[in-house]
Amino acid sequence: MTDKMLPTSPTKGGSPDPWHGLRSLTRARIGLGRSGNAQRSTDVLAFQAAHAQARDAVHAPLDIDTMQAQLKDEPYLIVHSRAPDRPTYLRRPDLGRRLDAESLAGLKKGNWDAVFVAADGLSSVATTEGAVALYHAMKERLKDWSIAPLVIAKEGRVAIGDEIAAAMGASMVVMMIGERPGLSVANSMGAYLTYAPRVGCPDSARNCLSNIHPHGLNTAVAADKLAWLMREARQRKLTGVDLKDDAPGSTLLEQAPPALDKDTRA
Amino acid sequence: MSFHHTLGGERYGFDDLKGLLAAASSQRSGDELAGLAATSDGQRMAARYALAELPLSTLLSTDLVPYEEDEVTRLIVDTHDKAAFAPIAHLTVGGFRDWLLSHEADTATLAAVAPGITPEMAAAVSKIMRNQDLMSVARKIRVITRFRNTIGLEGRLASRLQPNHPTDDLKGIAASTLDGLLYGMGDAVIGINPATDSVANGLALLDMLDHARQHYDIPTQTCVLTHVTNTIEIINRGGAVDLVFQSIAGTQKANEGFGVNLAILKEAHDAAQGLKRGTVGDNLMYFETGQGAALSADAHHGIDQQTVEARAYAVARAYRPLLVNTVVGFIGPEYLYDGKQIIRAGLEDHFCAKLMGVPMGCDACYTNHAEADQDDMDNLMVLLGTAGISFLIGVPGADDIMLNYQSLSFHDILTLRTLLNLKPAPEFTAWLEKMGLYDSGNDRMLPLSPSQTLLGQMIA
Repeated sequence: MTDKMLPTSPTKGGSPDPWHGLRSLTRARIGLGRSGNAQRSTDVLAFQAAHAQARDAVHAPLDIDTMQAQLKDEPYLIVHSRAPDRPTYLRRPDLGRRLDAESLAGLKKGNWDAVFVAADGLSSVATTEGAVALYHAMKERLKDWSIAPLVIAKEGRVAIGDEIAAAMGASMVVMMIGERPGLSVANSMGAYLTYAPRVGCPDSARNCLSNIHPHGLNTAVAADKLAWLMREARQRKLTGVDLKDDAPGSTLLEQAPPALDKDTRA
Repeated sequence: MSFHHTLGGERYGFDDLKGLLAAASSQRSGDELAGLAATSDGQRMAARYALAELPLSTLLSTDLVPYEEDEVTRLIVDTHDKAAFAPIAHLTVGGFRDWLLSHEADTATLAAVAPGITPEMAAAVSKIMRNQDLMSVARKIRVITRFRNTIGLEGRLASRLQPNHPTDDLKGIAASTLDGLLYGMGDAVIGINPATDSVANGLALLDMLDHARQHYDIPTQTCVLTHVTNTIEIINRGGAVDLVFQSIAGTQKANEGFGVNLAILKEAHDAAQGLKRGTVGDNLMYFETGQGAALSADAHHGIDQQTVEARAYAVARAYRPLLVNTVVGFIGPEYLYDGKQIIRAGLEDHFCAKLMGVPMGCDACYTNHAEADQDDMDNLMVLLGTAGISFLIGVPGADDIMLNYQSLSFHDILTLRTLLNLKPAPEFTAWLEKMGLYDSGNDRMLPLSPSQTLLGQMIA
């Protein structure tokens, strides 16, 4: 076999890349080639660059100015969790699930069918890029609903939406939140729907659309699915496991899974 | 029972055994999140002194979760082997550490005492061991398991080939599987985490993997890491189930959070045994564990995360598993904050499991919100390889595009094999040679492209 010990680098002068066809089947880093046992310099640097972008997505603050520009003249509110900064947020998920006292005091009780919350979660980039567009798409689809002004939550986890909705008197909450970034996708957003939200709501009472980004579930498709779920939730007065079973395209509808099953929960 | 120790003129008290064990743990964010961690380095050292003086028999007679409330406690107590424990029954935790490190405690001796060692003993002694101690003792222990090949032999390092795909696309998974096989990966298992956790999807994925395995006569096992109840249903429908997978934890309540109990695990184990698919052995369970799982399910009963993790190994060993691995950095920085904490936890988990006779591997990994990077994984894999780990997980380019985290690349595992002179499982090595993928003269994988091998036809 020694005569077949040929290098397989895609950069090899002139010859075709033997992995070209296979690479179209997956975004996984296949067919990288090697130098000795090691990855080549270009692949090592590409990996480190992707990791740098993912870390920046985690640590960058939510870009309120950009979101404000997207909202134009629409009213919105900004609230903050009990986690004062990013390092605390990452270590103390419990603090990210609750509103700080000032934010809670500033929320006025109303009578809304639904409230949409945009939280940074683990990728502020995803929320900055995707949350307002989804909010607009939902208002378009739910014209007969009374929908509260958008709430932007800083240093927030999924469950902070429960406290916001309860304080504002909303029947259900949609939490749009940045998902944990990967190397391939650093701007993926999740949308969690919870009916009759309250502090202490179990994750099993939510429905989740994940992987919302331009190369995954696009805004229009996500909005259609979410609108279906919200109408069902209003009619059946519930969200969670029981709603999941009947949903069309249910492969994209997930329960928040238990923590060790390699989940990607924000 | 309360404990105390005076250090530097200050008297430190600990209300109970749980509190003592937690305070003696090296620093980690999960114990801080739970409010269990030592509040100062002085308190931590006082706890270690007090723990070192504790007789092992005290650990045996003190249930961290009441016997009546918890089936994992009942399992630990009811299956404790008193005869195996007898040679170490007189020791304190400190004395146990010294004995484990002694030359007298050789491979055969350690295998003989394993059934007498409870999770609490393993966790307690690990807390007064440095990283090199955890490695030295684990290195002496051999836990050998078999299904279609032999895992855990001296001088061998197996690997799980993890070809995940975000939509479970069969061709995408096949392409990643082919890539891994060309690097000599997959002797521990070719195992997919499905994006969609359903019976129908599991059947389709298993059918594809089993077809490829049979076609190329690969001496390994395949697995779709779906919930155990799905696997039972897949068996009922005639699916090609080699291994039964399940995530497990160290308390009954935490396992309930995963939707399992000991009876369901037994039912699945018995069902898979009935298929008789193993050729060289019948170890067929595959478990994943990880520090922080019990706390995240609010089911830790005030026990520190390393001790409650060790209790999961008592669950694992009851089913004679082929493979167990800790998913050590996966759970996130609220449990293991940075590379230092992840590395320490990986060595602890490997040591405790091996000491209890469990065939331990590791997914050396981290998420993008942890303070860790690939250099930390390099360090961890070399430390675990030196400690004699059974297997490591490999992902194309170390980037799992479905689960969005980083593990080891196939390259990394090849590097480790060369650094430490380790080979794949013997049956698998023979197959690699037969397929013309392995240069046995130089002990290295040949750098072949798909079209240069028969495996290239795997993707039609």
